[in-house]
Amino acid sequence: MEEIFCDILIAGGGNAALSAAITAAEKGHSVIVADRAPYHMRGGNTRHTRNLRAMHNNPTNIMSDSYKEDEYYEDLIRVTEGNTNEKLAHLTIQKSAELTDWLFDKGIKFQPALGGTLSLGRTNAFFLGGGRAMLNALYRTAIRLKVKCLCDTEVLKLNIIDNKFKSAVLKENDIETKINAKAFIIASGGFQGNESWMKEAWGDISKNFLIRGTPYNTGGLIREMLDNNAIQIGKANQCHAVAIDARAPKYDGGITSRLDAVPFGIVVNKDGDRFYDEGEDFWPKRYAIWGRLIASQPEQIGYCIVDSKSINSFMPSVFPAIQADDIKSLANIVNLDPKNLNRTVNNFNDSIVEGDFNHTILDNCYTKNINVPKTHWARKIDTAPFYLWPLRPGITFTYLGLKVNENAEVEIKNLTIGDGNIFAAGETMAGNVLGKGYLAGIGMTIGTVFGRLAGEGASNYVSS
Amino acid sequence: MSLVDLLETGNVDTFSKARRNMEICNACRYCEGYCAVFPAMERRRLFSSSDLMHLSNLCHNCQGCYHACQYAPPHEYGINIPEVFSTIRVETYKQYAWPNQLSLMFNKGGLIASVAVAVSIGLILFLCLYFIQNDTFFGIHLNEGAFYKIVPYNIMVLVPSAISIFAILSISISTKRFWNDVNQSNIKIKFSYIKTAISDVLTLKHLSGRSHGCNDISDKFTQWRRFHHQFTMYGFMLCFASTSVATIYDHFLNLQAPYAYMSIPVLLGTIGGILLSIGSTGLLIIKWKSDPEPQAIKTLGLDYGFLFLLKGVAETGLLLLIFRETSAMGALLAIHLGFVLALFLLLPYSKFVHGIYRFIALIINASETQKDHLQN
Repeated sequence: MEEIFCDILIAGGGNAALSAAITAAEKGHSVIVADRAPYHMRGGNTRHTRNLRAMHNNPTNIMSDSYKEDEYYEDLIRVTEGNTNEKLAHLTIQKSAELTDWLFDKGIKFQPALGGTLSLGRTNAFFLGGGRAMLNALYRTAIRLKVKCLCDTEVLKLNIIDNKFKSAVLKENDIETKINAKAFIIASGGFQGNESWMKEAWGDISKNFLIRGTPYNTGGLIREMLDNNAIQIGKANQCHAVAIDARAPKYDGGITSRLDAVPFGIVVNKDGDRFYDEGEDFWPKRYAIWGRLIASQPEQIGYCIVDSKSINSFMPSVFPAIQADDIKSLANIVNLDPKNLNRTVNNFNDSIVEGDFNHTILDNCYTKNINVPKTHWARKIDTAPFYLWPLRPGITFTYLGLKVNENAEVEIKNLTIGDGNIFAAGETMAGNVLGKGYLAGIGMTIGTVFGRLAGEGASNYVSS
Repeated sequence: MSLVDLLETGNVDTFSKARRNMEICNACRYCEGYCAVFPAMERRRLFSSSDLMHLSNLCHNCQGCYHACQYAPPHEYGINIPEVFSTIRVETYKQYAWPNQLSLMFNKGGLIASVAVAVSIGLILFLCLYFIQNDTFFGIHLNEGAFYKIVPYNIMVLVPSAISIFAILSISISTKRFWNDVNQSNIKIKFSYIKTAISDVLTLKHLSGRSHGCNDISDKFTQWRRFHHQFTMYGFMLCFASTSVATIYDHFLNLQAPYAYMSIPVLLGTIGGILLSIGSTGLLIIKWKSDPEPQAIKTLGLDYGFLFLLKGVAETGLLLLIFRETSAMGALLAIHLGFVLALFLLLPYSKFVHGIYRFIALIINASETQKDHLQN
């Protein structure tokens, strides 16, 4: 087997990996980045992202008003219900303030928040063209800094002696190369692309989950590190899950499969019954809970139904809605029991208390005397044609990963912190900060912050 | 059946691909910061033939959306807006060409341009050598009216006039028909729309990427295409101005070419020729080097053909200026006029028409953007 040497080996090819690579290369180290995906699919889930959440005390040219540390922290505590490492959470938030300048310097272009951005213009910085354009710029910068960027290349068989990384095997098209590096950074994502691990975490129901991002994140290195005494963070069934169009591809459906029709109508399960208050809250809370709600229904499927009053009130869907002139016909198209669905809709319609419909506030349109209430935006579903979308749980990324310290160093049993030469960044360690729930754009923030920290940590280790 | 219906019927696959691309893009919207096409798309939910024709002609082919796309091939969605819109643009040029029988010329743009040049030069050389003495043709002519010694005055006036009148007629008919079909919402043209559209053209706003440029060749952001396009456009306009001033000199002031190097027509022509030469050469190189994936094969011949004609006109004109006092003047004049003749003969059936259709798309875009502002 051919053998090569470098200072720092990085597994993964997304935002976290490249932020680490650029940071280390700027300090003069030789860096190899190995991405499992082929060239056109490079960059992991970064390819599907659009923005990052950044703290700022004053308006910037891309974000309005201010978004201060306290508010950011409160938001994080709210969504995670305290499942976070306080120290790392504060570090992430503080460091997020530098990110847009740092990325701009690496060639990333930002844009003002526009129409399809779901009102995140204050808290989030948007990449012009989204994550793939951001990746293109990061790769250009990395290559200019002489980082060796490999595609179609998997990192396997870690050789860890006395808790220190010595070498690994790079596999490209069945050709294996031994690579010796002084430090190792794992930035190769979660395990949501690993069907058997997902089944282990969720049981049989995971077969009905769709993976919104790259199929290449299968968690092989997380498992290998755990087998090598790394300390685990996060639970296997914690992840960012949303309700998406059931007709989306199994992998890589990305942003387009999102659907925000839920508050405008009702959602029923396989039996044609409603099961949760569709008018409970605004996006993003709504967005964050519906994936799990549908995962807990029979056969992990839901059906969102609206009538023609609402059809133009939300962003168009990637697949056309299923359409019929009466509820029974709609039920027949998707093999729901027509009588039951009709009864559900009639019961819902009979329970409506008319109010002034306004989807921008928690309005006074609600239901009365019904088992599953709808507390806002409740309007009768009575104006043909009727529209339906099937929904499935869509997994963005998993939170189980490697415990790290504030230098992004992976914590290993029996190894003094500060002595290690293995670092982690991105979704591989996001669970340290995000143990539960989701906050839009924070995945990219964690990736860039810890990518840079891992790059620095590895550089310092190599230099010492 | 209207022309736009025929356009879709004749290109069912392309239009259904474009429509599906737009539906997917409209559920994503990551590219809305790039250009005018995506905000225009967001104003729509359904995409008629006419909408797709409008959006295609509004697209400046900057390719930013292709390089940014998470759904570009080999993703199963296979989104490739620059490619599908370029194809629709060429089909638009063909559908709206008048007389429509000549639209076949769009199919083999490069070949047609080459043949037209060869035939025009051949014809002029043949006529010159047949009708005038060899020693006149290869002689040195320095005085006023020197060019008319080679090509007689009547021909120099009648042939271009006839060709120009035909080109104007043909393009006007195409423009009128295109406007009727693309303007489905019955916009009444306002001065402010035209003003915005002209400013968009003069600055090539939609190929500027808000100042940092576009993905001309790869995912790198540059201003090369914008600058070279503007060199070409302003060069062409200066050459046109030069010819117009020369016509006035000749017919109204009774001053005959060749004019002095520092005279207005020669100055305009020289600067215009240099700009046109740099611009067309640059655009040819950019076209040749750029990533083939977002390009439509169908359009390449047309692009190369038109750029070749412009480059030929500019450079033979400059050569004629340099060598006009030598015995090569006769031959150079014939070659230059051959290029000019070919360019103007092909004008209504060349890439030139993109300017017309894009200008109309910009007017419609201006009306939609101004209405948005009023509503907000």
